[in-house]
Amino acid sequence: MTIAQFVILGTALFSIGLYGVITRRNAVLVLASVEVMLAAVNINLVAFDVYLADQLYAGQIFTLFIIAVAAAEVGIGLAIVLMIFRNRHDADVDELDLMRY
Amino acid sequence: MVPASVSTLLPILAFVAEEGGEGGHEVAVQVGNGGALAQWAWLIVAVPLVVPFLIVFFGKKLPFKGWELAAGTMGFIGAYGTALLLANAASPIATEFTLEVGRIGSFAIEWGWVVDGLSIMMYFLVGVVGFFVFVYAKGYMEGDIRFTWFFAAFTLFAGGMLVLVSAPNLIQLIVGWEMVGLASYLLIGHYWEDYANVDAGNKAFMTNKVADAALFIGAIIMALSVGSFSFADMLAVVTAQDASSPLATFGFWAGLMLFIGAMGKSAQFPFHVWLPDAMAGPTPVSALMHAATMVTAGVYLLGRIFPFYLDPAGLFGGQVRVIIMIIGGITLLFMGLLAFVQNDIKKVLAYSTVSQLGYMVAAMGAGAYTAGLFHLFTHAFFKSLLFLGAGSVIHAVHSNDMSDMGGLRKRMPYTYATFVIGTLALIGLFPFAGFWSKDEIIASLYEVGIEGSGAGWFVFALAVAGSFVTAFYMGRAVFLTFFGEYKGHAQPHESPRVMTYPLIGLAGFAALAGLLNMPGIATPFTSWLAARRVPMGDVHAQSINWGLVGLVTAMLAVGVVLAYRIFFPDRVTQAERDRFEIPVLYPLLRHKYYIDDLYMDGIVRPTMGPLASAVLWVDMWVVDGIVNGAGVVARGLATAVRWFDNRGVDGIFNGAAAATGGSGSVLRLFFTGKVQQYAALSFAGVVLLAVLFIIF
Amino acid sequence: MHVSFEQWLTEIANYVFAALAIPTLVGAWMVVTSTNIVRAVLYLVVTLAGSAALFIMLGAEFVGWTVVLVYIGAVIILFLIGIMITRAPLGSHEELSHPATVKIPAALLSIVLFTVVAWAVADAFGGLAIPPDVGATRTGQLAEVIFQRFVIPFEVVSLVLLSALVGGIALARKDEPEEPA
Repeated sequence: MTIAQFVILGTALFSIGLYGVITRRNAVLVLASVEVMLAAVNINLVAFDVYLADQLYAGQIFTLFIIAVAAAEVGIGLAIVLMIFRNRHDADVDELDLMRY
Repeated sequence: MVPASVSTLLPILAFVAEEGGEGGHEVAVQVGNGGALAQWAWLIVAVPLVVPFLIVFFGKKLPFKGWELAAGTMGFIGAYGTALLLANAASPIATEFTLEVGRIGSFAIEWGWVVDGLSIMMYFLVGVVGFFVFVYAKGYMEGDIRFTWFFAAFTLFAGGMLVLVSAPNLIQLIVGWEMVGLASYLLIGHYWEDYANVDAGNKAFMTNKVADAALFIGAIIMALSVGSFSFADMLAVVTAQDASSPLATFGFWAGLMLFIGAMGKSAQFPFHVWLPDAMAGPTPVSALMHAATMVTAGVYLLGRIFPFYLDPAGLFGGQVRVIIMIIGGITLLFMGLLAFVQNDIKKVLAYSTVSQLGYMVAAMGAGAYTAGLFHLFTHAFFKSLLFLGAGSVIHAVHSNDMSDMGGLRKRMPYTYATFVIGTLALIGLFPFAGFWSKDEIIASLYEVGIEGSGAGWFVFALAVAGSFVTAFYMGRAVFLTFFGEYKGHAQPHESPRVMTYPLIGLAGFAALAGLLNMPGIATPFTSWLAARRVPMGDVHAQSINWGLVGLVTAMLAVGVVLAYRIFFPDRVTQAERDRFEIPVLYPLLRHKYYIDDLYMDGIVRPTMGPLASAVLWVDMWVVDGIVNGAGVVARGLATAVRWFDNRGVDGIFNGAAAATGGSGSVLRLFFTGKVQQYAALSFAGVVLLAVLFIIF
Repeated sequence: MHVSFEQWLTEIANYVFAALAIPTLVGAWMVVTSTNIVRAVLYLVVTLAGSAALFIMLGAEFVGWTVVLVYIGAVIILFLIGIMITRAPLGSHEELSHPATVKIPAALLSIVLFTVVAWAVADAFGGLAIPPDVGATRTGQLAEVIFQRFVIPFEVVSLVLLSALVGGIALARKDEPEEPA
């Protein structure tokens, strides 16, 4: 097993997630694509942690923090989506351009 | 995946000590490691564990709706089992392969597979009988709305059974034990639209669970005494005859608890109550699980640790054997009697199965290793044959009740012929399979009696009476079903070939399997089974005891003749047949000795009532109270945070807003409002930076 | 005859990696392209499970199981609730993604990003191998480090979660008609 395998897997996942973030119309799916990107980051961190045999396990610990923060982010994100849906009865992100100049 | 760097045992040279003539002696053979055939034997277990998932996900799209995967699996197992059997016959194999997958303290948890005489016999049985049953089931289950799921669960059962019989240690055996219990529950309740079938499944599972508690206790005692869960380690302590080992102190209790666990799975009295109700499941399930394989798991367990029980010096589990023998004897006779009053043909066969399991258990208790397992082997063939034949009849007349049958001999000739062969094998008529196996058990019991055991004589008498009982109820079943006039309302005709061909195949085995172990003439089966790493002592007849043969044959002849006189249609009227009754006995039998009522009122009702209410009270007041309390605390925190937000945070924001407003009017042109575009632009920038970093 | 789990694992490590990585990638691909919204979220489960399996393969068992518990066990449920609450169209639906005018530039961007980074990684880390006798990370040691060295970030994350919890409730609450202040 080489470290490069894992990093490239992480990069691939990150790219796929990025494609999803830009392409998807439904707000919930955009959040799901963000999750994919975060999963890629996690893989990267843990792989490096194991490769370097870090005494402080910094990579794994940071991954745990990322998981916690991602959970918080999804919670807030969905709360926001819910509020938007309440107002507009539509979860299409194309409609959300009220912040234009 | 190939198991890497697995080494096998060195061939063990065992000595043979003959005592001549009748009596027990050690049967031992020089064993080898079985080569590549044994190394790859893990496929036998792995394939039926993986295939059910394939059936569930892809079955509906296949031309035969997943049946081909299931039957192919059983065919593979049957072929591999046969290959192993032939290899073992040519050169005995006794080896095991294990992988350590974890540790608890100093106990190693291992997963592996055993390849020796006993396991090979079971692989062969599961595969061959299973294959016949699966082929038959394609015809029997035709049109069923859960056809695909049925075969997935059935294949999973086969996988669980193989996990059980390939287990090199108690942990894996228990895993397989529970898997077959789960599969049994799922398959008994296959027709769950009728709630009674669900109840039957629950009853099977619960009864087994009670016995399993004893199994777990026995396993724990055994493991703590020996320091390991592995059978090899256990039997090493027994072989070394180490009287100072903890196993000698606690061996009696370990052996007793393990036997109680075996009693549950093998439906011995008083744990027999679930097996007749299990007939609610489809007939192929009854044939494979509740006749040939799952119920034999208890007998298999006794066989697997047999030296522990045989124990001539009485250091370990030897004293449990008397209990085993007596329970087996009670079961075989009193459960056989219950078949007298059944009108449902499957229930007759169910009680017959319990009774035959009693024979096997009694044999193991008497110390007759080969006799008991040989009866397991032959019984698998003729009992599954009988069940499949009964299923063929049920399929044709759309009823289980024998009063809706009659006169089917002419209309279903193949079913009739194979059913008769199965019956003759079961009652033990020479030269069919049951003759050789059952008479060997009776001869072994006789030997135990002669050596001065009162219990041995008692069980011997029960076993001889059992032959009469078996002949009587089977004769009744055959005469009521196949002779006379057809009394039902359907149009019975012979079953399709996919159902009759397996009947014929199994009939061949039922007729000929007995020839594998003829004492005094040729006993290849004994030497196949003796291929184990530990020399197996065995109470073993050296030649046929013609006196006993005459006695048993006389008993079965009396049984058949009596059944003929009472039930044969041309001799008596229908009314006389229905009215046949033995005064005190029959009402007791109809109520199944009141055992089911005892369990219901004594155990089930008190649990469902008072115990459930008490648990509900705890849940509502204690658990919910804690949750509500946490809610109150959270609200208090929320109030505090709101105060902080209103006072502190807002001030910072007002200042920042002014600064942002100025720069904002310039930058706002980038903002189309679409978040995704922003993300795209950001990452485009990232890529640009990355390229720049790389170049410079 | 008794083989340790680690020995057996290193011999087949690359196959196991492939067997785990491919479902992860396939799952991620389906998340971003599936036309059925419920299936897209469920493919996310596949991706996360694949990543958890990879963590366990690397010996980071605590992280792996945390992923299963928190991500798959809680975050996915949130997603499904989100789908339900926003009355997302069930079944197959073309309009879940933007039309090709957006898809093509996005795909281009993703591919370029991947190529650039992957090339850089391959160049830098080429054939460097992870030591095979890596052993499992002991949860006890992990806990020691969190609560000694990283206790402040730990507390901060707790506050983040608390604020998320409070914020989520506050955001999604139905507005009560307020008394004139």
